[in-house]
Amino acid sequence: MKFGVVIFPGSNCDFDTIHALRDVVGRPTEILWHKDHDLRGVDCVVLPGGFSYGDYLRSGAIARFSPLMQEVREFADRGGLVLGICNGFQVLLELGLLPGAMLRNKNLKFLCQFVTIRVENAGTRFTNAGRPGQVLRIPIAHFDGNYFADPETLAHIEGRGQVVFRYCDPAGELTPSSNVNGSLHAIAGLTNDRGNVMGMMPHPERASEALLGSVDGRIVFGSILKAVES
Amino acid sequence: MIDPKVLSQHNLTPEEYDLIVRLVGREPNLTEVGIFSAMWSEHCSYKSSKVHLKKLPTRGKNVVQGPGENAGIIDIGDGQVVVFKIESHNHPSFIEPFQGAATGVGGILRDIFTMGARPVALMDSLRFGPLENPKNRSIMDGVVAGISSYGNSIGVPTVGGEVYFGEGYSLNPLVNVFCLGLADRDKIFYARTEDVGNAILYVGAKTGRDGIHGASMASQEFGEDTELKRPNVQVGDPFKEKLLLEACLEVMDRHLIVGIQDMGAAGLTCSTTEMPAKSGQGVEIDLDRVPQRESGMNPYEIMLSESQERMLIACKPERVREVQEAFAKWDLDAVAIGRVTGDGQLRCRFRGEVVVEVPVSAVVDLCPMYNRPVQEGPGAASPAGLGELPLPSDLESALRKVLAFPTVANKEWVYRQYDHMVLTNTVQLPGAGAAVLRVKGSKKGLAMTLDGNGLYARLDPRTGGKIAVAEACRNLACVGARPVGVTNCLNFGNPEKPAVMCQFKDVVEGMSEACRTFEIAVTGGNVSFYNETEGASIDPTPVLGVVGLIDDLATAVTPGFKSEGEAVILLGETLDELGGTVYLKAVHGLEAGPPPAIDLGRERAVQEACLEAIELGLVRSAHDPSEGGLAVCAAECAFHSPAGIGAVIDLQEGFRPDVLLFGESQSRILVTVKPENAQRVLDLAKKRGVPAAMIGRTGGPDLKFSRNGRPLIDLSVAEARALWTNAIPDYFRVAGEAKS
Repeated sequence: MKFGVVIFPGSNCDFDTIHALRDVVGRPTEILWHKDHDLRGVDCVVLPGGFSYGDYLRSGAIARFSPLMQEVREFADRGGLVLGICNGFQVLLELGLLPGAMLRNKNLKFLCQFVTIRVENAGTRFTNAGRPGQVLRIPIAHFDGNYFADPETLAHIEGRGQVVFRYCDPAGELTPSSNVNGSLHAIAGLTNDRGNVMGMMPHPERASEALLGSVDGRIVFGSILKAVES
Repeated sequence: MIDPKVLSQHNLTPEEYDLIVRLVGREPNLTEVGIFSAMWSEHCSYKSSKVHLKKLPTRGKNVVQGPGENAGIIDIGDGQVVVFKIESHNHPSFIEPFQGAATGVGGILRDIFTMGARPVALMDSLRFGPLENPKNRSIMDGVVAGISSYGNSIGVPTVGGEVYFGEGYSLNPLVNVFCLGLADRDKIFYARTEDVGNAILYVGAKTGRDGIHGASMASQEFGEDTELKRPNVQVGDPFKEKLLLEACLEVMDRHLIVGIQDMGAAGLTCSTTEMPAKSGQGVEIDLDRVPQRESGMNPYEIMLSESQERMLIACKPERVREVQEAFAKWDLDAVAIGRVTGDGQLRCRFRGEVVVEVPVSAVVDLCPMYNRPVQEGPGAASPAGLGELPLPSDLESALRKVLAFPTVANKEWVYRQYDHMVLTNTVQLPGAGAAVLRVKGSKKGLAMTLDGNGLYARLDPRTGGKIAVAEACRNLACVGARPVGVTNCLNFGNPEKPAVMCQFKDVVEGMSEACRTFEIAVTGGNVSFYNETEGASIDPTPVLGVVGLIDDLATAVTPGFKSEGEAVILLGETLDELGGTVYLKAVHGLEAGPPPAIDLGRERAVQEACLEAIELGLVRSAHDPSEGGLAVCAAECAFHSPAGIGAVIDLQEGFRPDVLLFGESQSRILVTVKPENAQRVLDLAKKRGVPAAMIGRTGGPDLKFSRNGRPLIDLSVAEARALWTNAIPDYFRVAGEAKS
């Protein structure tokens, strides 16, 4: 299979993600320039972390207007796999490919740290290599990761199992202090209705090599491989 | 003739002005005065410091570029180099903490990528006044947010640094920013114009009226009107700089340009004089073509603006279009504003008229250098002894106070706000001595650290200078890295005061001696004088940035205790000294006594012993006792142990228990080894003449210290960790907010 990583002006986890996909996961990975109109035949589009357009207006709010986003939307509508990490998740929310919005972290500070998240739904194409309830140790690094949605939306996504990751303590329990950014329902990652688009705030590309302290992020990439290649 | 008042506003002496008249061959106009003023400011010219900085060793077989360029360069093998530098942004950060600190980050990043290197790590050395004072909290909050905002957005990890607190920094916070980049040795770029006829391109952000005369502002003391200087502080745009970074690296990678210089201090003035001066040429530019974001700017404002995120490029005329296309890809303008000439003049035209015509060599190279008078200040020669210091009845509560003292306490509140993992190279996370990064595609690791204790340097400047170097190298030794190069940021008061100049001279001489002992070269740095507000000066604060190399990352060591039952060995020895310690300050309220003594030969031997033991694979953890002494060192090893493993330590020297626990004797490293390897490590230390003793074992949930078998302290790791971790957040906690 072939991955594609979109580069927006201000993306800064683009080459980390490309490194993880090419050198660790070991799959060809195309660089997709935001001004182009070509997805180069990739099987999964990854929107990486960073500060697209500086995030001066609202995280991800300008990137959604990039020319390539039209192709990404059509690709998603056709059922193509789209993964948004951190800023990429914020762009997917702004694009309307995922429901809800991000608020500032509850302590009003940028937060960079390892967190633990629990796999809520191991049946998606982004989590099928994990086990339900499995606790993953993955870093976060964001200012706006406090997930918000209105009660109807929350009920809808909870009812359909779209919540795939929740912040938890190392034992897998949901506690107020483990929900570091204050997300509603401690949501750290979710999919769309059809399950082909996922956004997550933690950075799996930062948890893909033992040298960096964790390999739990490979579960996300490994799941995508499993979904596409089998 | 220029009005003497105008000269004084420009910080130029009458003698300096007379020299300018001679060099230009006529009375300069106001814009030309402004140009000389900026370039001859202390900040740009180093006119008070150069005579002493010359004493620092700057050569070495791995040195590719020493002082004098945007940053120093050290060869790390395999065709790769590291490009690194530290710079201060103290004055702007006091006036406007957020933007001052943010643009400090922006400036140092440009210094690195200007040379063709991709920045891969940032570190910050910060000094604030005591946190009891809300003004200091607000400065700290703003500085940390500013660094966080710029570094996180541009995507360069802030991997380490240090934060100290002291009275003298209340009105003079220090913000020293370090950056390190990686480059291929054959792709380094310099600030050159090369051939006559080459085009001069302006790239990046437009020029506004912000930061006019920032370099001069950083070269004077502040008084009560400091708030009025706020418009002198520049405003940062990390997104613009990210685009500039990518575009510049692209045109350099494609060899489309011949030279490049960032517009930092003194803006367009600096780049349009330094670049041709280094090539022995001149430059002619048209100020009307300089992209401007405000209307009605005059030549003085255009030449002296310090608007951020701008660069000046020299390229062959036939390459201009390709350079412009490369910048357009990143939505940036690249405007041809002039050309390289052979007459050695900087000539600026504005609305058709020549408004500036000065010899670039006069501006860049002929600033008068000063050997300012030096005199030891009152009480500096022999710091008062400690007399009969009462021994606290409860050493456990003394340890609690030391752990909660902000200089010692956990800095997680700070570094959690910095993205320290982006670029996926960070092997050793912040908070535990030296930062360690991998070099992708190799086994190599890079270690780096910032160190400097202003109190030591105040109590004894020469010793303080030596210790700053020694401690930085020791931090590297603890992770298994050998030092390869040094950069330094020297923060002092007003150099026109002989007592301050004396501190400066002694600190530099101490640093120089230490660098020679370690056989490492200083490749550059920065001097920040005039850190005085309303007559109060900071402690003399040398901050050393030392970069080290680890040949094989698999051998690297971390400070946390690894498992129960390991032997705890102290390399080096504790002396009978307590001067300048955190313990004295936190428990007795004293900043007194001579600082710890240092024997550089012993220091090097201790570090070599540690490195040898690490390279033989014998060391499980290593950490050096610094601020807070051995008790804090052992406690930190427990805090950094994921399992929270404690230790039982018995100290056998004959000194007072507080000396043994909290003394800050230098040249000591605490290592843990498997019991069966203890004798080997003791033997290899002995072979090098290094005193070493097994002082305890790891294990249990507590930190237990005794002296000759008699208990002194028994504190649970969990409780100690909570004190250490909550101390700083507690100062910032809003009333009613729960502890997390």
